[in-house]
Amino acid sequence: MIRRQRLAAGVCALLAALTAGLAFPAGAVADETGQAAPKVELVLDVSGSMRTRDIDGGTRMAAAKQAFNEVLDATPEEVQLGIRTLGANYRGDDRKEGCKDTERLYPVGPLNRTDAKTAVATLAPTGWTPIGPALLKAADDLNGGAGTRRIVLISDGEDTCQPLDPCVVAREIAAKGIGLTIDTLGLVPDAKTRDQLSCIADATGGTYTSVQHKEELSDRVGQLVDRAADPVVTPVATEGADRCEKAPALKSGLYTDREEFGQERWYKVEVGPGQELRAAVSVADDRTVGPHYGVLLRAVTVHGREIVRGEAAGTGRTDAVSTGLRYPKPDSDDDDATAETVCLQVTNSFSAAAGVKTRPGLPLELTVDVVDGPSGHHDVASFGLGRGWWLLGALVLIGFVAGLLWGWLSRWRVAVWRTN
Amino acid sequence: MRITRVLGAALLALGLAAGPAAADSSPSPSASGDDRAPTRAGTSFRTATEIEQGQQATASGSTGDYLYWSFPADVGQRPTVKATVKLPGTHGSQTWQLDVYDGLRRRQACQYGAQTRTAGQGVPSVELACVLRTVRGWSEPWANDPLPGTYYVRLTVVDLGASDLGQPVSAEVRADSKDIGGAAAVDGSLGKPLVPGVAVKTEERKDGSKPAVLSSFGSDDGWSSGWWSDRWVWTAIGGVLAALAGIGGYALTRGSGRPSRVPPGA
Repeated sequence: MIRRQRLAAGVCALLAALTAGLAFPAGAVADETGQAAPKVELVLDVSGSMRTRDIDGGTRMAAAKQAFNEVLDATPEEVQLGIRTLGANYRGDDRKEGCKDTERLYPVGPLNRTDAKTAVATLAPTGWTPIGPALLKAADDLNGGAGTRRIVLISDGEDTCQPLDPCVVAREIAAKGIGLTIDTLGLVPDAKTRDQLSCIADATGGTYTSVQHKEELSDRVGQLVDRAADPVVTPVATEGADRCEKAPALKSGLYTDREEFGQERWYKVEVGPGQELRAAVSVADDRTVGPHYGVLLRAVTVHGREIVRGEAAGTGRTDAVSTGLRYPKPDSDDDDATAETVCLQVTNSFSAAAGVKTRPGLPLELTVDVVDGPSGHHDVASFGLGRGWWLLGALVLIGFVAGLLWGWLSRWRVAVWRTN
Repeated sequence: MRITRVLGAALLALGLAAGPAAADSSPSPSASGDDRAPTRAGTSFRTATEIEQGQQATASGSTGDYLYWSFPADVGQRPTVKATVKLPGTHGSQTWQLDVYDGLRRRQACQYGAQTRTAGQGVPSVELACVLRTVRGWSEPWANDPLPGTYYVRLTVVDLGASDLGQPVSAEVRADSKDIGGAAAVDGSLGKPLVPGVAVKTEERKDGSKPAVLSSFGSDDGWSSGWWSDRWVWTAIGGVLAALAGIGGYALTRGSGRPSRVPPGA
């Protein structure tokens, strides 16, 4: 008996191992390199206020220089790094001149650490804070290439060159669809600086960090440069139409678009028989929006019948609201069955906060996958199989009753045969 | 007769021993240790950092960042995502939230767990948790059931005072899962797991490197084929027990030995 139980235990262990092997997805680690070179531009504020001694006893400028030196040492090989300054040269009081003061200190390209460090060492805090113009120039510096693009803006004060709002500038740069992110760091920022820098970051899907200590600065900048080195899929820019007939035909892939408040965007996808369409959409809020929002993605036939929809709604602070849908097209016995055109409609219910520009539209990201369809579904349970003690009990009872009946039947037959 | 009885009893015992044991045999995801656990987080669905179940991922960021990770979950697993956020020394009251999205970027409901939690002034850390529903092998396209594939975790602060924005924080995230097994086994299976970008063919470049992919959890390798569940064991054991009970019932009607009515020596 004991031996048999051991055997049973062995069988169980084997089964468990088998199940474990089948059920656990194999290790998958992202390991892609060889992406087009990622480009990063560090934009440093060298305005007069950087002389303030309030970061660990030293000036803000000293902290920035030290951080730059550390970051330059740790920059990954593949990253093309450039440095731009703002407010480094013009000492005068003329606002017009001061607001043009942005200089390319080190061009974006393969990094020569010594040269870059020498260039940084020469900086002395001087002039105005023309953040907007500097961002525009930095975006130009990063033009070209297919890699990721990142601007890291380090500033200690708000833009002094109104009416060009750097936040609007950032949004316009992002709307060019070149996949550029702006991360901002505020050195001992006041409330206004913080608002402006976080607005710039939000407008491009970047991050905002407030810095009070030297190490925080070098850690964060280093982290952002490393992040740029991570290979990511570059989305394809597309432009959805206002109705299905005019919509662009999409294949499997990742797409970006812009969608204004209350606007609808249509796309088309071909789905063959036995294939499944998967679409996911996220609409990001890159500006101040109302606290309640939503997104609706509908798959509609060319005749306007809704097949399936994905909807999401939310409230409160968010970076994006997203939803998705699946549409498995049944397999057809007909060999001539053609692919069906499925229209995808995206609408959002974000509302712009008072005084916020509504153009360009909100960034929209759409993934489309057309894959093999699911295999048939005929029963709630796996292959109609059962499980549990009730099932065992029922089967035992039925077996027992069947055995009894069979036994009585055969006895009765024997008795009949004997009497004859 | 004696032999069949012993054999029957033994089979019954074997069945009883194997039944529940096999039914509960959980293919627990092997904790792959913390070696090579990611130390950063992505900032969007597209850049989400991939982690394995059982890995303790860490990341440092700023209050206000949206931190994204992704992990794979297979049929029959009930994932639990836990996150701990270490807040800076001084801060005002702030509310943190953990959201889980599936491979179609649909928000997944948490069955239980503190998905949103408010840290009062100066509280050093916040702990969040989300227990998802069991991942099914198949569901109707109109349903929002969790399906095998990539799951995204988003960790962020949803309510904070303006002065807390941009302060350094560090976060730890871990996804584990409980195996629910055959109780959640459904008929049918997806053609491909719900991994974003699975339909985009990634061809190796000339230098042998692969281009970036949306999610690298793969389409074919390692995912459950969907045909196995412990229901096979239960049903098989049920069949055997039914047969044995049938034999038992039959034997009862025969009585033991020769029929009493037959005179000795007939």
